[in-house]
Amino acid sequence: MQGTYYNPADLAKFGSIGEFGPELAKKFFDYYGEVFKEGELTEREKSLIALAVAHAIQCPYCIDAYTTDGMEKGASEGQMMEAIHVAAAIRGGASLVHGVQMMNKVKEMSM
Amino acid sequence: MKSLKRQDHSLSDSFLQLEVLQARRPDGRAFPRFEEKLESIGLFPLRPTQLEIFQVNVGKMCNQVCKHCHVDAGPDRKEIMTRETMQLCLDALDRADAAGQSVHTVDLTGGAPEMNPHFRWFVQELHQRGKHVMVRCNLTIILANPTYHDLPQFYKAHGVEVVSSLPHFSARRTDAQRGDGVFEKSIRALQMLNAVGYGIDGSGLQLQLVYNPSGAFLPGAQAGLEREFRQQLQRQFGIHFNSLYVITNLPISRFLDFLVQSGNYEAYMEKLVNSFNPAAAANVMCRNTISVGWDGQLYDCDFNQMLDLPVAEGAPRHIRDFDVTALQQRAIVLNQHCYGCTAGAGSSCGGQTA
Repeated sequence: MQGTYYNPADLAKFGSIGEFGPELAKKFFDYYGEVFKEGELTEREKSLIALAVAHAIQCPYCIDAYTTDGMEKGASEGQMMEAIHVAAAIRGGASLVHGVQMMNKVKEMSM
Repeated sequence: MKSLKRQDHSLSDSFLQLEVLQARRPDGRAFPRFEEKLESIGLFPLRPTQLEIFQVNVGKMCNQVCKHCHVDAGPDRKEIMTRETMQLCLDALDRADAAGQSVHTVDLTGGAPEMNPHFRWFVQELHQRGKHVMVRCNLTIILANPTYHDLPQFYKAHGVEVVSSLPHFSARRTDAQRGDGVFEKSIRALQMLNAVGYGIDGSGLQLQLVYNPSGAFLPGAQAGLEREFRQQLQRQFGIHFNSLYVITNLPISRFLDFLVQSGNYEAYMEKLVNSFNPAAAANVMCRNTISVGWDGQLYDCDFNQMLDLPVAEGAPRHIRDFDVTALQQRAIVLNQHCYGCTAGAGSSCGGQTA
């Protein structure tokens, strides 16, 4: 067993998850490939969304992969940071909007 | 910033660059030899197709010192082509014309080609011969001093296709690669080129931009990057251009130094090797190009030129001996840096190849 839970070298081994379950892995990677193809959104826009989600779910592999991918797709530093702020705003907002629930409860219980 | 040569840096020696490229990895494994990759797809030895582009490096002198430069160009480089050697180039093109083996395009590169004192004379002579002339202009030269301010008009008068490096539409990333303030000057130069009609629909004046990554990563798809550059440059600066050529940085000279110094060399080479694309390999630019060095030596491409790898023994090796038929018989000289032209969608002086 390795000394840490995360090892950067494991990112390149993502495809090996098929070793313990080839059929589902194939379905996943086929789907994954299709998702990131240019459609109504450009590949660069999808890459920025992936980068934002990577930060929201705090996946180090995904941050590594989609920082590189964003650079390759021509995203600027400013665009990448704005995407992360979108993730941060939604995460922060998700906490804060529950403040309404707290306020409702307070008001319900108060005279 | 000084050139590697002026710093007496070990990687200014092409022999040592080739040693790095051919060395085993720290774990003892070796990257597969490029020749073997080509052999596996039936392309070895690599032979020319039809000679279409006569690329002339008129010198290593440049007003910029870009961090990725494969030429190791800069103000301290004094190697530039003499008028006599330019005349030998013209004579060679004339002989090819007379023999019915015309080469239609002449691609002028450097350094900053405009800094060669015989540059304008050479362009005029080429234009008179009906050649399509491309100039790899670094943009900032147009603003470098007043004697260059009329370059857009000069290019226009001679039907020159202008091919200009602009690694990104953000100042930060452009300046990181090409030097502080380069982005702002490049934008002003592009506006000057637009003002005389370059890049404007219907003008017939071609303005191409060149994108290459500002770091240890490969370029993305050309079409998507072109769309993004067009949108951003038009929106932010009102700039128009015809096409964006996406070029991969080859691991030689200053870019090799950057890769080694930053600890990115192994991963970058691995990415190039793993991204080997047979379709790109079939379309590499050395198959339809000949590269002439500042001293008249002949090479398969500008990268081989900088690695001091001349055309194969037995082929004419100097412009005075230029002979299309003899050159077509040669095997193209290959080494590990060639993986840069075959990775992903491929790379050439004209952008992606696959």
